[in-house]
Amino acid sequence: MSLFTALDVANSGLNAQSTRLNVVASNLANANSAVSSNGQPYRAREVVFAAQPLGGAAAGVDGVTVAGVVEKPGPLKLVYDPGNPLANKDGYVAYPNVNPVDEMVNMISASRAYQADVNVMNTTKNLLLKTLTLGQ
Amino acid sequence: MLSALDREFAPLQTALDLRAQRQQLLAANIANADTPGYKAVDLDFAAAYRAALAGQPPAALPLKTEQPRHLPGTTAQPTDGFVGYQAGNAARLDGNTVDMNREQAAFQKNSIQYEADLTFLTGKIKTLTSAITGN
Repeated sequence: MSLFTALDVANSGLNAQSTRLNVVASNLANANSAVSSNGQPYRAREVVFAAQPLGGAAAGVDGVTVAGVVEKPGPLKLVYDPGNPLANKDGYVAYPNVNPVDEMVNMISASRAYQADVNVMNTTKNLLLKTLTLGQ
Repeated sequence: MLSALDREFAPLQTALDLRAQRQQLLAANIANADTPGYKAVDLDFAAAYRAALAGQPPAALPLKTEQPRHLPGTTAQPTDGFVGYQAGNAARLDGNTVDMNREQAAFQKNSIQYEADLTFLTGKIKTLTSAITGN
């Protein structure tokens, strides 16, 4: 039944967008983490999406998957704070290259895309339910 | 050879089938709105519908067979040959050509047309039922 595939496609979109929201939340929460789990200053992260053909679907019907999470390049913020134990020999502490404006834009974009996928699911569900009552 | 009932229902059944296929393609476009390099796809509904009603087999590529016992593969869908990339959309810097406004509009339009086909089919079924039962 081909309409079920539309549900699968929307589902893959929901998963991908929620991963993106998670990464945005991580970036915002760690905007001031001078040390991350690897001992280096935290670097802003970004998800990379890739289209992925779904099993059993017709040609051209691609779901979306998270191909990876990459760290953003770009200079870290250097703040002069000689009293900080993390300061380098010149007295600067390296803070993450998280740009809150970028993150908020990314968050709004992800939440709108998530809503669009939910809308696709609702509409498709209604169509399926109407198909079930065909002829009545 | 189609029976009279099949002939009665075939056009709407084909339309519903193609609308459902197009619904999948539009859902894929919406899900991939942020995928770098993704090219928006769509179905040429009119051409696919005409071909399906004319009884033309789908223009699928057959599997290459080297032995007489190899199966030719029966993966043909009624939409094969009629799905293509959307032309004329502005590509973003990451190579994505999904126009979200167009996709949302097309998706809603396709849903309404699917519902319309369902309504027509229900009407036909009711007409036939009343002809059969006579009340």
